Amino acid sequence: MANDISFTIDGVEVAAAPGQTIIEAAEAAGIYIPRLCHKPGLEPFGGCRVCTVKSNGRPCSACTQPVAPGMVVENDTEELRALRRDLVELLFVEGNHFCMFCEKSGHCELQALAYRFGIAAPRFDYTWPARQVDMSHPDILVDHNRCILCGRCVRTSRQVDGKNVFQFVGRGHEKRLAVNAEADLGATDAAVTDAAVGACPVGALLKKRIGFATPVGRRPYDERPIGTDIETAAARKE
Amino acid sequence: MTRIVIEPVTRVEGHGKVSILLDEGNRVQQARLHVVEFRGFERFVQGRPYWEMPVAVQRLCGICPVSHHLAAVKAMDRIVGGEKLTPTAEKMRRLMHYGQMFQSHALHFFHLASPDLLFGFGSDARKRNVLGVAAAHPELGRQGILMRKYGQEVIKATAGKKIHGTGAIPGGINKNLSIAERDALLVDIAQMVRWGESAVALARDYTLGNLELAVDFGSFESNHLSIVRADGAMDLYDGGLRAIDKDGNRLFDHLDNQRYRDVIAEEVKSWSYMKFPFLIALGPAAGWYRVGPLARINTCNFIDTPKAEAARKEFVKASGGKPNNLTLAYHWARMIETLHSIEKIELLLHDKDLQGTDLVVKGDRREEAVGIIEAPRGTLIHHYKVDRNDRVTMCNLIVSTTNNNESMNRAVASVARKYLSGVEITEGLLNHVEVAIRAYDPCLSCATHALGQMPLQIELFDAAGRLLDRKCKGMAQ
Ligand code: FES
Ligand code: NI
Repeated sequence: MANDISFTIDGVEVAAAPGQTIIEAAEAAGIYIPRLCHKPGLEPFGGCRVCTVKSNGRPCSACTQPVAPGMVVENDTEELRALRRDLVELLFVEGNHFCMFCEKSGHCELQALAYRFGIAAPRFDYTWPARQVDMSHPDILVDHNRCILCGRCVRTSRQVDGKNVFQFVGRGHEKRLAVNAEADLGATDAAVTDAAVGACPVGALLKKRIGFATPVGRRPYDERPIGTDIETAAARKE
Repeated sequence: MTRIVIEPVTRVEGHGKVSILLDEGNRVQQARLHVVEFRGFERFVQGRPYWEMPVAVQRLCGICPVSHHLAAVKAMDRIVGGEKLTPTAEKMRRLMHYGQMFQSHALHFFHLASPDLLFGFGSDARKRNVLGVAAAHPELGRQGILMRKYGQEVIKATAGKKIHGTGAIPGGINKNLSIAERDALLVDIAQMVRWGESAVALARDYTLGNLELAVDFGSFESNHLSIVRADGAMDLYDGGLRAIDKDGNRLFDHLDNQRYRDVIAEEVKSWSYMKFPFLIALGPAAGWYRVGPLARINTCNFIDTPKAEAARKEFVKASGGKPNNLTLAYHWARMIETLHSIEKIELLLHDKDLQGTDLVVKGDRREEAVGIIEAPRGTLIHHYKVDRNDRVTMCNLIVSTTNNNESMNRAVASVARKYLSGVEITEGLLNHVEVAIRAYDPCLSCATHALGQMPLQIELFDAAGRLLDRKCKGMAQ
């Protein structure tokens, strides 16, 4: 497919193929648009809004919006950075995120975004919701304290694993991740080899007994801020 | 009747509160030290995965997180059937532990204790702090800072971070010591050993030069508890439990850590969130004991590093070969352990096992385990139950400060008897109570170590329980 669509992101000319979303075209061009619920290979979800950009002056989520010729996209602006910061801070206070003893620390996309955005401590009040840890499966656990409802496990289970292990139940404030079983994860057909297990951006869905096997300093985000891979991949191409 | 109210506690660090109770004749009858306890944490971890414990428990304390890290992981080693560690794993953990001991003891001695010892307990409080030491004895101030920093670098090289590291994992360790990390630590090791020696000399000269004061300052005879190595050597990382009485008679020896509940029970008192551990054989009234540096020097047969062993011999000579029961001798004992720790660090840095790559072992799963370590402040006990789904279902911690609970109360009562005049809390009383408590280096000072201040509140009650006086000192000074 020819890259015959031309548009701009923050004034930079970007070539894209028809049908690409803004986030895909940006990524191919070495421009990082922050994201959480977006995962290449999955159908777009548009749930977290962290990828919000302005297209021709109107806010939209870059992971769902297809590119169009001549589109003018704003990405790295003060206004959008502030919005994304707020969204990430809200995610922190809506759950129970104790980075200092979470095994996903250094691997966690939410934490990495907070670092990239320079968030030291959220400005909102913590809500400290009462949430459960589902340890019923022999090899996988779900810690609802850390779930940010991105739906990556839900979609991966359906679209990649051909299963239907996870689903959302409830609406609005009541919305939460559930499993498709009467009881708990142990009663589903989830397997530790499922792609869904690795789809979680935070420490909510984890393979058991891995814990802190990777030392501090050698974890993915210890040295390189999130998004650097996208930004430097393009630099190498140039 | 006036009663003291303490807020229910989930905080991990706090300040000390002392109540002094008088009898009908307004003589000191009893002293009670109230310290923030950790029960909130024991509930919090229920239902969480076991491998998280060694990292999660570090939230208990900002000053000795490594001790909790290692006590918890020793329990988890047994949960995964991996208690026979590889040489690399065990030595890395020991290095971490000696680093922690070195930095914690140095911090306590130079930042908290030395102002009292150098300037006198009653001296001007504005000068009697770490800044005063830095001004009057700049070399000493510098040593304290650099020794602490060195210990922290050891922790970073083994745990990954200076605080809240992740190095020790169930059945082993997640990294070895790189050649670069080793060489960086070797640069200053000789200097650190020398400073360890001079710190022992300082504490020894102080103690021997003030024996008359020390004999009468918050001192009392007690039992002593610690773990010791199979051959009776001091071992801060691992060993069987040994308890001795005030004369040095063994009450039990080389007791399997898993069976601590056969010999130690905890008494609950209505007025304290902190429990009162005691040796079951002696009962709650007589079974309380001391832990920490003084207890460890008293319980062990010898120290397996030459410089610290020579220092220990001098120490034992000072008390005529009997256990030393002087509260102020804690400082001397603490510095002997500091020297021992840095000698151990030096040996380990030259040990090729630390560059090994065999890091983790696993075996048959267990559902219950105990991990005991000698933390800087004394014996630290972690006890867990873990179900088949890897969930922690029970957690019981007996921290060093709790083990020293009754001893600190005795020390405070003894000092109060001597320095209380009338029914008013004087500045002098406040200072002396603080010095007595500080000898035990309780963790109530965790939050304020960095400032060199221990917020302390003293309340005086008459026989009818009426509040007579209240004085506070701390952060604001
Ligand atoms: S990444 Fe686009 S909405 Fe979540
Ligand atoms: Ni502590």
